[in-house]
Amino acid sequence: MFDVLIIGAGVSGSAIAREVSRYKLTACVLEKCEDVCEGTSKANSAIVHAGFDAEEGSLMAKLNVEGNEMMDRLTKDLDIPFKRNGSMVVCVHKEELDGLKVLYDRGVKNGVKGLKILTKEEAHEMEPNLSDNVEGALFAPTGGIICPFELTIAMAENANVNGVEFRFNTEVEDIKKGEDGLFHVRTNNGEYVSRLIVNAAGVHADEIHNMVSSDKMHIIERRGDYCLLDKQVGDFVSHTIFPQPTKYGKGVLVTPTVHGNLLVGPTAIDIENKEGNNTTQAGLDEVILKAGENVKNLPMRNVITSFAGLRAHLERHEFIIEEVKDAPMFIDVAGIESPGLSASPAIGKMVGDMIKDMLSLEEKENWQGTRKGITRTEGLSVEEMNELIKKNPAYGTIVCRCESITEGEILDAIHRPLGARSLDGVKRRTRAGMGRCQAGFCSPRTMEIINRELGLPYEKITKSGGKSYIVLERTKGEASL
Amino acid sequence: MKTVDIVIVGGGPAGLAAAVAAKKAGNDSILILERDHELGGILNQCIHNGFGLHTFKEELTGPEYAYRFIKQVYDLGIEYKLNTMVMDISKDKIVTAMNREDGMFQISAKAVILAMGCRERPRGALNIPGYRPAGIFSAGTAQRLVNIEGYMPGREVVILGSGDIGLIMARRMTLEGAKVKVVAELMPYSGGLKRNIVQCLDDYGIPLKLSHTVVDIEGKDHVTAVTIAEVGPDRKPIKGTEERYTCDTLLLSCGLIPENELSRSAGVTMSPVTSGPVVNESLETNIPGVFACGNVLHVHDLVDYVSEEAGRAGQNAVKYINDGCKDESSAETIEITATEGARYTVPSSINPERMDDLLTVRFRVGDIYKNSFVSVYFDDERIMHNQKRIMAPGEMEQIILRKSQIQEHGGLKKITVKIENE
Amino acid sequence: MEKRELTCIGCPMGCQLTVSMENGEVLEVFGNTCPKGDIYARKEVVNPTRIVTSTIRITGGDKERVSVKTASDIPKDKIFEVMKDIDSAVVSAPAHIGDVLIKDVAGTGVSVIATREIASV
Repeated sequence: MFDVLIIGAGVSGSAIAREVSRYKLTACVLEKCEDVCEGTSKANSAIVHAGFDAEEGSLMAKLNVEGNEMMDRLTKDLDIPFKRNGSMVVCVHKEELDGLKVLYDRGVKNGVKGLKILTKEEAHEMEPNLSDNVEGALFAPTGGIICPFELTIAMAENANVNGVEFRFNTEVEDIKKGEDGLFHVRTNNGEYVSRLIVNAAGVHADEIHNMVSSDKMHIIERRGDYCLLDKQVGDFVSHTIFPQPTKYGKGVLVTPTVHGNLLVGPTAIDIENKEGNNTTQAGLDEVILKAGENVKNLPMRNVITSFAGLRAHLERHEFIIEEVKDAPMFIDVAGIESPGLSASPAIGKMVGDMIKDMLSLEEKENWQGTRKGITRTEGLSVEEMNELIKKNPAYGTIVCRCESITEGEILDAIHRPLGARSLDGVKRRTRAGMGRCQAGFCSPRTMEIINRELGLPYEKITKSGGKSYIVLERTKGEASL
Repeated sequence: MKTVDIVIVGGGPAGLAAAVAAKKAGNDSILILERDHELGGILNQCIHNGFGLHTFKEELTGPEYAYRFIKQVYDLGIEYKLNTMVMDISKDKIVTAMNREDGMFQISAKAVILAMGCRERPRGALNIPGYRPAGIFSAGTAQRLVNIEGYMPGREVVILGSGDIGLIMARRMTLEGAKVKVVAELMPYSGGLKRNIVQCLDDYGIPLKLSHTVVDIEGKDHVTAVTIAEVGPDRKPIKGTEERYTCDTLLLSCGLIPENELSRSAGVTMSPVTSGPVVNESLETNIPGVFACGNVLHVHDLVDYVSEEAGRAGQNAVKYINDGCKDESSAETIEITATEGARYTVPSSINPERMDDLLTVRFRVGDIYKNSFVSVYFDDERIMHNQKRIMAPGEMEQIILRKSQIQEHGGLKKITVKIENE
Repeated sequence: MEKRELTCIGCPMGCQLTVSMENGEVLEVFGNTCPKGDIYARKEVVNPTRIVTSTIRITGGDKERVSVKTASDIPKDKIFEVMKDIDSAVVSAPAHIGDVLIKDVAGTGVSVIATREIASV
């Protein structure tokens, strides 16, 4: 029996898990995939939005701005990279220049600090690769870039260290309120009983909601295709460049990532398929076309990978964070599409506060709110490297040559709380396999390490859990170990 | 800081041949830095035969060919470090490297030979749409898993790309019990050797579809099917030509990219055509004393040529040191320009003072040419006009320039290599 | 009279060869543009042979597979029989290049030999 069950280990679920871990309670996160950050949280623009987009007075606007403000402290506490590189919304049609003012005014009302409207000249001065058609821009210095994997993983890990349990490969099949007044949650991995449930199931939040409520919810999967470019061109722009928004969202942006790549995307295509995170030719073509409207001579030959993510879109385009009316003690955290990543710390705080009141919780005396991230070798001096290698020779072996990731970092990723168990798990924690060769070189080496450290036979090692096995069997009909 | 005359980055076929040649040219201070746990590089996983006809006048497998050079490295007492990654090469030739035993260390070299080889173009760079499941491999990664580690990626295979690695893997997977359903090739011709098309595909009844590409990948966790379609002259898929193949594995053999991150950060000037360094007649880059050879310089199709080229790089490095490490970068040079069908040349400039009596200039053509001529112009005068029955992008071509010829041509400014119809 | 179609492997031309045969004897080769094609076709239709390369399980070594080849050509139609013997063989380390790992593979009279060095551990 748990006081709190959180369904979904995405960025919202993980943020909530960390917040509730402050209190004296028992809590558990149920995740259908084999790792945290497997859904919408893993495939998005990796932007911390300033907060001028969302409707004034909306929960989206409030939590965006609050979340943005919380990021400095949070990323410092959790030892993860975050950079306020600033965002620009660029206008390429003279007759639409008024739109920038609308955004500016909304931003000011939402509490976004430092907004400024730039002339054509000022914009080009700041970003020389902007399209010649750019007529003006809105500049938001508080816009930032972050690694969504590291943010989610760090929050989940920190929650786990503070006592929140995580159950992976555990998919919720049904929820019933028992006569005991408790929720009985049926999963493929047995039954879980809880006083309170948080539904943070991303694109599946409607399915979970509809298990307990007669007021049905419908989430529309809005797919976004992206292209990621080589670090060689990571400084092509230094700010996050947005077009002017449309009803489908913020449009195709061009941004550096916090790790120094260039990211271009997303499209916005409503698909009504919760598993449909496949890219399409039309989608990728659109990304390239649209990005080129705002930034000139984009070096698209430097694409190293493309991917698609699904936004959990609700018709009313608003975050739903509330106790469900006909299901007391059941909290929806639904419709968390952009700016969900930016808002996640504030979502965590808001839901944490709700739960504190609902369950009358007390704070722990010994809550540990900081976390030491994986020791990164990138950028260390020769002396620092040697000190590290002396302590642990594994730091002397490079496994991923593109991103210069050592075996020491991979061992750390595997053995820390909620450690990596798959190639993607290692990749998201360390960046091994994230570079220009896309794991062609390091995957056999990473498999060797996973095999040795976790005792997993090669045939059981997956790309990202489930049936995503890398190899099928031994050659020569040899029985596997 | 430790000093070494010649640091060779990479212990594959290029690095080994460069080391052996440098040693034989009289230098005793050579260090090979190899990132893998053994010497030989990619040849160790190329267990098929067909290597070495030019060099050894017999057909060897990859590991056998590599061992011919490895043995010489042993016998000549050339120093090497395994499991050692070079992290940086500075303009003044300080090489920073790292391994478990020595930690991170720096070596000051008089000459550096770049022999890092190349890597495969990954799926992402091909912009193939679809899901991103397990079961998609570059052909070389699959080759390592099958041949070295002894694991089969899957049983039903589609291969994109008909370069030699793709063809060789079609046969390997078949011999190991897999069903290779089709090999698709974007171009209207295969980049692989005819021999490989016959002996790797035809022998096993594997269809080769030219002017086809992958347009969709299905499977959430693991590949379940791949759709290929015909492409038009613009290489864009033609609607209505889609064919779906159920399979559990997709192998990609879609080109090799010289691995020049170290060269670039050292300040070596790169060729946008080869993605390798721009070199002169001595295979020396714009940084005096930094030489390049093998697939890091330009992607080869025959390892024999890699060994030969690397041998020259090794000898030239010794010559550079013996001549007092002189900066010749401002010396008068003759540019070699590739045009009209010829895509590039290696080298791309000649200092006539330093060139050998005979200089091999290698190049590739951009299309298939039948009964056309390789022409060489000294300024505006055509001095070479050789008819070839066939030239194809997949096969490297070469011409040989004589020093005497260049000297006779006083004041020569520019050499042009082109393909002519008549 | 019987006709066989082949692709010449002599050079990138890849001439499409037609061989006319009678009672297993080659009458004539068409489609070749040089003598290499004629020679290739005559051998390929009467007695096609191949070198087979693969790996064999090895125990007690620093690797679990040793690469191998048939020491000389074997008849093309024996490739899968040869593979069967190769797949079922297990040898122990060390292995040196040229070591005979299977004698008279699949009754061809040809040995399968190691093509790489495997050290014992």
